[in-house]
Amino acid sequence: MSYLEYQVKTVPSGLRKVFYVNWALVALLCAVAGIGFLMLYSVAGGAMEPWAAPQIKRFLVGLGVMFAVAFIPVWFWRNMAGLAFGISLLLLLGVEFFGEVGMGAQRWIDLGVIRLQPSELTKITLVMALAAYFDWLDPRRVSHPLYVLVALGLILLPAALVLRQPDLGTALLLVLGGAVVLFAAGVHWLYFAVVGAMGSGLVAAVFASRGSPWQLLKDYQYRRIDTFLDPSSDPLGAGYHITQSKIALGSGGWSGRGFMQGTQSRLNFLPEKHTDFIFTTLAEEFGFIGGISLLALYMLIILFCVASALKNPDRFAALMTIGIATTFFLFFALNMSMVMGLAPVVGVPLPLVSYGGSAMMVLMAAFGLIQSAHIHRPRSR
Amino acid sequence: MKHPQRDTEQSTRKISRRTLVLGGAQLAFAGILALRMRHLQVEQADQYRLMAEENRINIRLIPPTRGLIFDNQGRSLAENEQNYRIVLVREDAGNVEEALARVARIVPLTSDEVERARKEIARRSPFVPVTVADRLTWADVAHVAVNAPALPGITPEVGLSRLYPMGEDFAHVIGYVGPVSDYDLSKLETPDPVLQIPRFQIGKTGVEAKMEDDLRGKAGNKRIEVNAVGRVIREIDRTEGKAGASLQLTVDAGLQNFMQARMAKESAAAVVMDTRNGDLLGIASAPSYDPNKFVRGISVPDYRALTENPYRPLANKTVQGAYPPGSTFKMVTALAALEAGVVSPEDTVWCPGYTEVGGRRFHCWRRGGHGSVALNQSLEQSCDVYFYEIAQRVGIDRIAETARHLGLGARHDLPMSAVTEGLMPDTAWKRENRGAEWVIGDTLNASIGQGFVLTSPLQLAVMTARLASGQAVLPRLIKSVNGLETPVGGGAPLPFAPHNLARIRKGMYSVSNHRRGTGYRSRIVSEDMLMAGKTGTSQVRNITAAERARGVFRNEDLPWHRRDHALFVCFAPYDAPRIAVSVVVEHGGGGSTAAAPIARDIALRALYGEMPPLAAYPSNQRWEAEQRLNALPLRTLQPPSPGRNRA
Repeated sequence: MSYLEYQVKTVPSGLRKVFYVNWALVALLCAVAGIGFLMLYSVAGGAMEPWAAPQIKRFLVGLGVMFAVAFIPVWFWRNMAGLAFGISLLLLLGVEFFGEVGMGAQRWIDLGVIRLQPSELTKITLVMALAAYFDWLDPRRVSHPLYVLVALGLILLPAALVLRQPDLGTALLLVLGGAVVLFAAGVHWLYFAVVGAMGSGLVAAVFASRGSPWQLLKDYQYRRIDTFLDPSSDPLGAGYHITQSKIALGSGGWSGRGFMQGTQSRLNFLPEKHTDFIFTTLAEEFGFIGGISLLALYMLIILFCVASALKNPDRFAALMTIGIATTFFLFFALNMSMVMGLAPVVGVPLPLVSYGGSAMMVLMAAFGLIQSAHIHRPRSR
Repeated sequence: MKHPQRDTEQSTRKISRRTLVLGGAQLAFAGILALRMRHLQVEQADQYRLMAEENRINIRLIPPTRGLIFDNQGRSLAENEQNYRIVLVREDAGNVEEALARVARIVPLTSDEVERARKEIARRSPFVPVTVADRLTWADVAHVAVNAPALPGITPEVGLSRLYPMGEDFAHVIGYVGPVSDYDLSKLETPDPVLQIPRFQIGKTGVEAKMEDDLRGKAGNKRIEVNAVGRVIREIDRTEGKAGASLQLTVDAGLQNFMQARMAKESAAAVVMDTRNGDLLGIASAPSYDPNKFVRGISVPDYRALTENPYRPLANKTVQGAYPPGSTFKMVTALAALEAGVVSPEDTVWCPGYTEVGGRRFHCWRRGGHGSVALNQSLEQSCDVYFYEIAQRVGIDRIAETARHLGLGARHDLPMSAVTEGLMPDTAWKRENRGAEWVIGDTLNASIGQGFVLTSPLQLAVMTARLASGQAVLPRLIKSVNGLETPVGGGAPLPFAPHNLARIRKGMYSVSNHRRGTGYRSRIVSEDMLMAGKTGTSQVRNITAAERARGVFRNEDLPWHRRDHALFVCFAPYDAPRIAVSVVVEHGGGGSTAAAPIARDIALRALYGEMPPLAAYPSNQRWEAEQRLNALPLRTLQPPSPGRNRA
């Protein structure tokens, strides 16, 4: 459907939009962010500074951004999709040339006002662009090789730029998030089978190239994979993170040590305890009950998004909703897998909980898009 | 673009189907995550809880207090001094340069200290306290404490550090402590974990090093909670360690001080030994150095001054120095000949000033010769030709055996660094080590303590003590460990006929007390303290025929390092020997002029236990002796405190 087909009369307008906001989703987001504040307060040793207070401010700003995005009709966002994608590609190129090197990777671009992580932004704009692309595409041609190739190009271009930064985790997330939109749009499953096979081939190539002059990944990335496969091989070196994180998690037990009673995360055994490894603090202090509760909250967010997508007859809106929801899912699933030793250590934060401004803003804007799709969905009388 | 309605609806249905599939997949993966969480947190919780406990608790060692060292009367020789220092914690101080500058305004800091602190700060983690200034006065520390608000990250601390109150006097005996080096660790197979404590100090030389195991004590430990980077969160509990054992030496600090002072201007060594039990009452090597400088970290110029000094202050000449004994060896040759029965005390030898053996001429020190000499005169006047003659009769192997019975050519087991074995050559030794047969000329050289023979001042003292006592006394330096008396070694009668030993002692008595004796000038006149000695002058160069022809062997005309070593050994009192003394003055010239006067002063100080009475000196030397003794730079000693014997 093109926006010309929207039955404008059935769409709420003005302040009435407030009643059509998916308030359950907003409540869930606040709950998850609230858990984040609690954890940041705890890892700081019971202090608002340095993490909890800025995080709360950012979340409040993020809520404002979300509502602002939500109240703008979704067709505006669809028309902006191409432009937004183009801008994020430019920013990625900008990082390539002007980016600052932090933690051994070029990821940030300093815009003066904020330090932006273009790869974060790209995760959302890529989903938007693909959703708009398949909305525009003749449904009969969705599985046509030429059009699939175009979609593939849209995914691989930013992924390649991100990989050069180098940020393997985000590149993988981009590819997976894009593939989800393709899958949801109805691209024939044989393509996925073929790409899956090629992916396995690539993994084989990555390992085969190790040590050769055309080595595909950086040495530290290989080491991370090694330690993922066998964390005990280097307990005080690279395997340290995984081992320590599992100890912190496991020592939490059924009900945890209690709020602010965690020893492992508090005693600095864990690196980046306020960002990528914050889940271990939660799991140590609130145990299995706390961990499973956060997982449940996350899954409820996913369920509300899926429900919203199912209800939405607009293709762009539905594809974007499921695309963003799945990207969100990939974030927390990957992060939790990582801290529980199911995935290699890749720099993926726990969405809405980990300390960090850039990711929080982008996520809240993305949920604004989902809300916008929810509010402005075509309704039959 | 407008698509046909039918296609669009079909497409939407497909999207819904696929969305459901995606949602289902996500739910399934969430299920896996939940199961994993359950596995880690419920099923394996106990195991991880245990690992977490180990993570959290760290065992730290508490350095033990080092044992104290006392002299034989309980005077302190090595103690642990409270030491005020200021430490800097980088993360609290903020700007390190500024903090150092602020400290420098309050406390005197050398640029060396600042540089050292800066390097250490850069090397350590930000929370590790780094010592900026050490050994501060109480006033300095008070200044820092008062200004604490203006000095973030700077705190005064109190610790223990080694102090040697007798300074230079015991540098060679006790040695000093220093921080553990990698080299120290590499020497040990299973290093005591306490050695890993930063700034822990262990004995580096002397008694401190050799008695390290007793002095160190046992480390205590405390269990502390730490984080992954080692920052201490809190202490959980502690077990106190065991302080190191206190040592009491046989040395008398007063005598030792006197000996060091008496030899201060020379490069010399002296040993005083109790002839009855082998206790070393004094064992001094001059010049000396201040061991406290080494504990504090000696500066490069100071160290260079020590290593470049030709008098070698760092060497402990009493046990490390190996010198040709010269004529002090003649008692050995004489005793060997008497024991072998190849000469009787009355047999005379004609000394024309030289003897010819195998076409080579061996000179007596007295160019005009001694004429007809028997045993007693030969010792008294130190006639070389007499000993050339009897040595040829007895042979080197029997001389060497006698020497070994008297403690020469053997390493005496003392807790001091690099105790030398000396060298007592015989035919077998020369065959093995020089690959040549022993020739008669070697015997002649050895008979007067030249040639291959090398002895340390300690060995000479042992020899003298054994001659005096007739017993195989062994030197002892450690009187007791933690109040437990260390056994006196040796003491078995020597395998020599007592009348032969008495003849030797009689000869030594003549050296010191007969008008023609070489040591007559340095005699003791108190009736109950009469001394018996033997002079020695050992060449460190060969005298060429040309030199001999020109008659140039006045020592004063030679550069210092080519002059003869002066030696003197003695025991006293002659009737009932109590002490044996050996003195070696490196390149001092003649034994009778350079070594004997020192030995007499030392012997008198040891015999009287206080400043020697002038009445003990020959009347014409009293004024000179008084001047000399009064000029000695003696230390005021703390009074002996027998109560601390068993500290």
